[in-house]
Amino acid sequence: MRLLSTWSGAIYAALIYGFIFLPVIVLVLFSFQGGRFPIPPFNGPSLKWYRSVLADSTLIDALLNSLLVALSSSAIACLLGFLAAYGLARHRLPAAGVQRALLTAPVTVSYLIIGLGLLITFNTFGVAKSLMTVGIGHIVINAPLCFAIIYSQMGAHQENIERAARDLGAADWQVMWLVTAPMLMPAIMASYFLSVTFSWDEFIIAFLLSRFDVTLPVEIWSLLRSGLNPKTNAVGSIVFLISILLLVVIELTVFQKVTRR
Amino acid sequence: MSTDQVAVRERRKAIGFVLPALVWTLCFFVLPFAFMVVMSLWQRIGTKIVHTWSLDNYAAFFAKPHFLQGLVNSLEITLSVTVISILLAYPLAWIIAMRIPERWQRAALILAILPFWTSYVVRSYAWMLVLARSGIINQSLLGIGIIDEPLELASTRTATIIGFVHFFVMLLTLTIYANLKQLSPNYARAAADLGAGPVRTFIHVILPLTIPGVMVGAFLTFVLCIGDYITPQILGGNKELVLPQIIMLQIGRRADLPAASALSILLMLVVTFVYVLSARWLKLERA
Repeated sequence: MRLLSTWSGAIYAALIYGFIFLPVIVLVLFSFQGGRFPIPPFNGPSLKWYRSVLADSTLIDALLNSLLVALSSSAIACLLGFLAAYGLARHRLPAAGVQRALLTAPVTVSYLIIGLGLLITFNTFGVAKSLMTVGIGHIVINAPLCFAIIYSQMGAHQENIERAARDLGAADWQVMWLVTAPMLMPAIMASYFLSVTFSWDEFIIAFLLSRFDVTLPVEIWSLLRSGLNPKTNAVGSIVFLISILLLVVIELTVFQKVTRR
Repeated sequence: MSTDQVAVRERRKAIGFVLPALVWTLCFFVLPFAFMVVMSLWQRIGTKIVHTWSLDNYAAFFAKPHFLQGLVNSLEITLSVTVISILLAYPLAWIIAMRIPERWQRAALILAILPFWTSYVVRSYAWMLVLARSGIINQSLLGIGIIDEPLELASTRTATIIGFVHFFVMLLTLTIYANLKQLSPNYARAAADLGAGPVRTFIHVILPLTIPGVMVGAFLTFVLCIGDYITPQILGGNKELVLPQIIMLQIGRRADLPAASALSILLMLVVTFVYVLSARWLKLERA
């Protein structure tokens, strides 16, 4: 009985993991396809589709655009979130509950609706669609996350250290920059990388708010119009690789520090 | 300087910290939302947007069958996805939480998340590859001899549901796992002491205790699924459109921002309605 349940459990887990991994395995495998279509039979391995991706300047531009938008919009989202968390955690402010609710409200609204609202607003004021407007959209969705993460990590023990620094003559900006920020670095880094990940992968806002310069998900979207193509597999595999590298970096930098404490 | 003045100065400084984020939220979240509400009350006539106030865009939703059908499709797909994902994820979460040794559990969870680090768009495309007429599933089934004709899997509602379930099984496994880990093992021990077998313990003790956590996961699944455009657009084959696809059609091909705004607000109302329903009846806040 016991043995039976162990075996059926193992088979079940294997099936579900198989289901979860199936598309990624097919994606990566057929990115090395020698023929013209990413479907069986597999003949390869060949790197020609990777060469064709690296030679495609539109795709490389889109990749760089994505990195630019992700890194810069996340930095601003993080800064806004950190300052707001500092203000709300360290001082008693009127209607603090309302302020917190307002700052986290964008999390509850779907990206499509945030994108549409911004599209209408930019149209009204005649702001041209660009990477800048995409970045603004990404800050709207990511700043609440940064705020919530950093705010939740601001405890009383840090406040005492800040007070000590102030008693020793540190000015406000020195306390914040030299004492608070370093103490909260794990939370800040975690929220930054989370924000980078979301921005890097975000499609609908980028699609609605960009025009000539587009981000990678939008460019991949237009690649899909050509149907099944091993080149799309190659791009997807490259994105996968970059994301995994990012994950490893986070794991080694941020979370190692957290556990060491 | 009196203490009052110090307090006022401190408060002003504190507001200075919060202000950038508040102004940002007002300018790029609250204001756009207000614009959207206003836009939904205007009309598009020809290629112009006319500033006459009316509820016509909302009335159109109930008058045009394909709009209403979009909502029905959205609800049907979302509910199927939520139920199937919970049924598939719960046993897996159980196995990871109860059967796998403690030190391997984190690795098991990371392994489950790993495939989702591809781009979102690429993930749906990958399912297109798997489900295609000459894709790996059809070729394997033909090879073994289970089927004689390739199955029409790609570009169907089934494909959309598979694509969604793939993501939400992972998400729900994480939330249900967290829920099971919070449970004190004493409950199961007490039930066993009182003579309940493993099946009865599960049905009468463990399952009811994890229901609130499962409901939170279910609500999250519902919200993310009903608002999604990419998965049905890539995998659904443009036959049975869901609400976000209809909204995108208004924005893109028809350039009808008033209609798109009204439909978006209706979509938000549906989500809010479900939230109120589940918060009241299922005690969402307790979990």
